[in-house]
Amino acid sequence: MILVSGVTKRYGKTAVVDDVSLQLPRGGVTAIVGANGAGKSTLLSMIARLLDSDAGSITVGDLDVATCDSRELARRLAILRQTNDLQSRLTVADLVGFGRFPHSGGRHTATDRAAIEQAISWMNLHDLRDRFLDEMSGGQRQRAFVAMVLAQDTEYLLLDEPLNNLDVAHAHAMLTTLRRAADELNKTVVIVVHDINYASCWADQIVAMKNGVIRAVGSPREIMRRPLLKDVFELDIEVVELRGHRIAHFYLPVPICANCNSANEACCLNRGVSEPVPLTLRPQVAS
Amino acid sequence: MSATSPPTSTVTSRSRSLTPNKRLVLGLAVCLLAAGVFMLANLSGNLGFVLELRGRKLAAMVLVGWSTGVATVAFQTVTNNRLLTPSIMGLDALYVFIQSILVLVLGIALVGQVGAYPMFFLNVGLMLLAASALTSVLFGKRSRSVYVVVLAGLVLGSVLRALSSLIARVLDPSSFMVLQDNLFASFTAVNPQLIWLCAVIVALASGYLWSMRATLDVLTLGRDAAVSLGVPYQRTMRRVLLVATLLVCVSTALVGPITFLGLIVAAIAYQVSGTGRHTVTMPMAGLLGVAVLVGGQAILEQILGQATVLSVVIEFIGGIAFIWLVIRKASS
Repeated sequence: MILVSGVTKRYGKTAVVDDVSLQLPRGGVTAIVGANGAGKSTLLSMIARLLDSDAGSITVGDLDVATCDSRELARRLAILRQTNDLQSRLTVADLVGFGRFPHSGGRHTATDRAAIEQAISWMNLHDLRDRFLDEMSGGQRQRAFVAMVLAQDTEYLLLDEPLNNLDVAHAHAMLTTLRRAADELNKTVVIVVHDINYASCWADQIVAMKNGVIRAVGSPREIMRRPLLKDVFELDIEVVELRGHRIAHFYLPVPICANCNSANEACCLNRGVSEPVPLTLRPQVAS
Repeated sequence: MSATSPPTSTVTSRSRSLTPNKRLVLGLAVCLLAAGVFMLANLSGNLGFVLELRGRKLAAMVLVGWSTGVATVAFQTVTNNRLLTPSIMGLDALYVFIQSILVLVLGIALVGQVGAYPMFFLNVGLMLLAASALTSVLFGKRSRSVYVVVLAGLVLGSVLRALSSLIARVLDPSSFMVLQDNLFASFTAVNPQLIWLCAVIVALASGYLWSMRATLDVLTLGRDAAVSLGVPYQRTMRRVLLVATLLVCVSTALVGPITFLGLIVAAIAYQVSGTGRHTVTMPMAGLLGVAVLVGGQAILEQILGQATVLSVVIEFIGGIAFIWLVIRKASS
């Protein structure tokens, strides 16, 4: 279990993460959502001891991240941040092999090699294993980095925007992999995602953050409600249900019905009108 | 595989066919060839005397070339940049400054009297102290932009150079002559006692960096990934910086500053190693350092008839290479 209590991070006078307490149980996929600058990545970085917190404490299992041995923690928890550019010429196999560093240093044992092979096949990287990372597309590199943290074989897997750089097919494959890691390997997966619909459809639990504090924690069904989303994202988003999942339709212009000039529950949009309803961006002045 | 990825240059397309280990052997062969030519070409006169003289020069060049190459690769890995070397960051200007100050404060008579060992330790100690203060300020906390660090190094370098030239102006002519002698990298006037001492230091430092090679590999991924993989980042960074700086200080104190040698050999080593792993790149850079110095000196002495000093040629080519690397990085 990851236990965050009273954690604060300040840059100057602004608190990016402000007295946050949170409990993440073992197992399952948790998605952290929120607007830009809500403090999602900062919180994730602090859990993974990439950033020091200014107040509060974080424990992963029985380890206090501020004081425990870094290598010991690296065998329990892996984090992947947005991939930055690499200085060095490495192949995919080299990179995935680095995931075993916390377990065996530089020298790979049979267990290490098995873990590397498994990670490579999970991420479908067989064909690319001897390719150099600097000769691959952003999405392929992303998958190689995920394979590295899978090879690290930790109970906890933290990923900061793992869907960046990925087209829909690869985003889908990535989510499938993370879902399987949680379901089949019993890993605890925590991801930061921008698209709340991915969070809604794939996660077991959603943490919604705004301005450095946690606004709500709950199942996708509890979080994906119009008033809550309006509060968190400051945008009025229509939420509809599709095959048991709630989908937020932020793709649409704010849907104001041209018939009744309103977007509320009483509008003809919500009354099952069969013919197409004209939509508009602004209410029209009645002539 | 080469069908799907366009070869970026002839080096990389050819590189696929050779394993990294074979490349290291190739590098070693080039070094041995250069050493053979340097030692044996145009032998005449008193054989024993000539061989001893050349052997001493060769030993100095091997030490300087190896330690500069190895230190630069380790330094560039922990600072996560491929543009900076300890020398470019102002270590050479620091050396000149320390020499000037010593001549000014102690006077030439005393500098002559101190003896080789104390002088060497004084030089190395002062440089190490100042360099570790500088690196801990620049690379201590969060990662800084490479350009900030380059700029800081350049500013520091010019301040130190200005101070040194001020000192040079107030020195009397004979002290100035002594100082000038100390400031140009020269392999001819190396003290044979110092060579053994340096060899021990270089061997120990290289051994330490070699033992850190797996950690250095992980560090090429950058700070966040390295921490995530359990590398004790601050401690590793401090130690590797200290050892790399020590290696460069030792070679500078032995023969004088060669600013761009490390930059050239590290840049070539990354290109020809065929991998970014330190098991290959570190020894490769060391071997290339030896090959450049020994081969260059052999060509200068045997073909060009000592027309110029090797360090001048290296600085000229290295300066151009540095500008090219900066421009290439800026455009990417």
